[in-house]
Amino acid sequence: MLEARSLECVRDDRLLFNDLSFSVAESEVLQIEGPNGSGKTSLLRIICGLRQAEAGQVLWQGESILSNREDYYASMVYIGHLPCIKGDLTVLENVRSLLDTRSLTLASAETEAALTKVGLASYEDVPGKALSSGQRRRILLAFIELSRAKLWILDEPLTALDVQGVALMESMIMEHKQAGGSVIFTTHHGMQLECEMSSVQLGRKARS
Amino acid sequence: MWNWIQRFSSPKHFYSMSAPLIKWFSAGALLIGLYGLYLGLFVAPTDYQQGESYRIIYIHVPAAWMSLFVYMVMAVSSGIGIIWQIRLADMVAAASAPIGASFAFLALVTGSLWGKPMWGAYWVWDARLTSELILLFLYLGYMALQSAIEDQRSADKASGLLAIVGVVNIPIIHYSVEWWNTLHQGATVTKFDKPSMHIDMLIPLLLMAVAFKLFYAAVVLVRTRNEALYRDRNRRWVRELVERL
Amino acid sequence: MLTAYYHLLLRDLRLALRSRHELANPLIFFVLVVTLFPLAVTPTPEALQTMAPGVIWVSALLAVLLSLDRLFKLDYEDGSLDQLMLSPNPLMILVLAKVTAHWLLTGLPLVIIAPLLGMFMSLPADAVSVLIYSLLLGTPVLSLVGAIGVSLTVAVNRGGVLLSLIILPLYIPILIFGANAVDVASDGLPVTGQLLFLGAVLALALSLAPLATSVALRITASR
Repeated sequence: MLEARSLECVRDDRLLFNDLSFSVAESEVLQIEGPNGSGKTSLLRIICGLRQAEAGQVLWQGESILSNREDYYASMVYIGHLPCIKGDLTVLENVRSLLDTRSLTLASAETEAALTKVGLASYEDVPGKALSSGQRRRILLAFIELSRAKLWILDEPLTALDVQGVALMESMIMEHKQAGGSVIFTTHHGMQLECEMSSVQLGRKARS
Repeated sequence: MWNWIQRFSSPKHFYSMSAPLIKWFSAGALLIGLYGLYLGLFVAPTDYQQGESYRIIYIHVPAAWMSLFVYMVMAVSSGIGIIWQIRLADMVAAASAPIGASFAFLALVTGSLWGKPMWGAYWVWDARLTSELILLFLYLGYMALQSAIEDQRSADKASGLLAIVGVVNIPIIHYSVEWWNTLHQGATVTKFDKPSMHIDMLIPLLLMAVAFKLFYAAVVLVRTRNEALYRDRNRRWVRELVERL
Repeated sequence: MLTAYYHLLLRDLRLALRSRHELANPLIFFVLVVTLFPLAVTPTPEALQTMAPGVIWVSALLAVLLSLDRLFKLDYEDGSLDQLMLSPNPLMILVLAKVTAHWLLTGLPLVIIAPLLGMFMSLPADAVSVLIYSLLLGTPVLSLVGAIGVSLTVAVNRGGVLLSLIILPLYIPILIFGANAVDVASDGLPVTGQLLFLGAVLALALSLAPLATSVALRITASR
């Protein structure tokens, strides 16, 4: 589904990686590993089309993502380091607002179910600024769940999550994989996923 | 064809190719410039109304023309850099900006010096001088944006977009200032705006225009070479160049 | 696509109304700056009437400039801007939604309070109505063109002054025609030409500025 070809990334005059190629098929989970500063976030942003690689291409269903943004963005969702949650909007408004940019208007039953799943059922009308950072990340989990995206691109998805939150994230990824979706993620903490995972290692000279 | 363009526009190739060009352009600028100045300062007839002081147009007018020309070059280069990702184009744009700003500044200073004998004051809000001042601000904005962004590629693209937006705005600004000036004409009638110039006055002017263009060509090549060396300082071709020294 | 526009517009309006205390600031600034001129120069009605078009227009320019920061800054800082750029909807439409919200929150209040300032500056009634029309046509352009500048500088630390340096030259044509329209209206002369020019610039800005802004946003995001 997603293919990266010969990606090259330079940041602050340092070559982070060179001639990096990999692909992600349906039902595949890909982990991007590497020490701090090795370019994990930059790689994810390149895959999202938010950042341009110095060389190489990213292809979605065989077409370059830069010429096919609409289809690609309709099928993927990205969560980065920043929380994307507006303090002045309630939990429900935040979720709806995130879905609105994807032109998804869902029945309230469905959003309620997702919020219950992430443990925010009684917090629907609580403004974002009253939540802890862990709770804010759970809003993002609800968003991912509702996004109808085939590909999830997650940068440090376990940030700020407590033990239950981590377990929730892991089970969501497993479910998504079983349903035919794909996930690309980076993480410092080890994720205990009981499934096959491919991996891309950054921070070394040669790529594969 | 595309491969040829890519190879041709690599900074390394440009660096080696540009060295002889600089000599030719500077020689041309010097010779034509000296000849043009000689004709303009000594041979061209005295103006009926302004006496000798009009001769400053031989610097003022070409400088003003160049300030506009360089901005166009900057905008087009930036466009090429953004659309086709040719780094050399970004370097040319960045290198041209201070040159164009200097031309604009020169035009303003010479215009001001001309103003004293003409209108009795060092500065009047004449349409052309005002437009030139705004153009200088556009240059300064471009240079400020370039230096404010740390990542070189983003800086080039951001200021490049600004240059393109500026180019679209320049005709609007020019027209607005012209129009504004006709309302507030006052005592300063700018007769030299569209003079029917005697051919003996026109030839030195055109020669100076050519000389200024050649001067710009030489200087932009020198500055672009510097940009290429600086930006590629970690790349092999620069290291080899330094080692050979 | 239109629903995305509508929802984003509502979201921005909702967010602004929930931090209501900030909304009044550009408005207060506008009135305050205009008030400085009678104090600094002279309060005689004739002098005020001569100064009025320019003073009111320049103050409006500065008030809009100060408020432009809010357009993308908050979204940039909390990551929402990334989400907007990853939307399957065209970025231009989303930008237009944000600019519309900005104008409704900043430009429109300036237009509404302009008659008060017309009174402060001894403008005759005909001139005040022209002031309103010119501001109505001009302030959206200020928001649209300002958005281009903000999208280029949103990631620059303390980029406020840089923003002014970049945007003010581009505002000059609107300033010239807007202020002049009010000026000649005081003398009872026709202003159709000036207003048509402002309308034309508005049409141009509506078609090109969102495109330039979305290109600039993608450039800024690629840091």
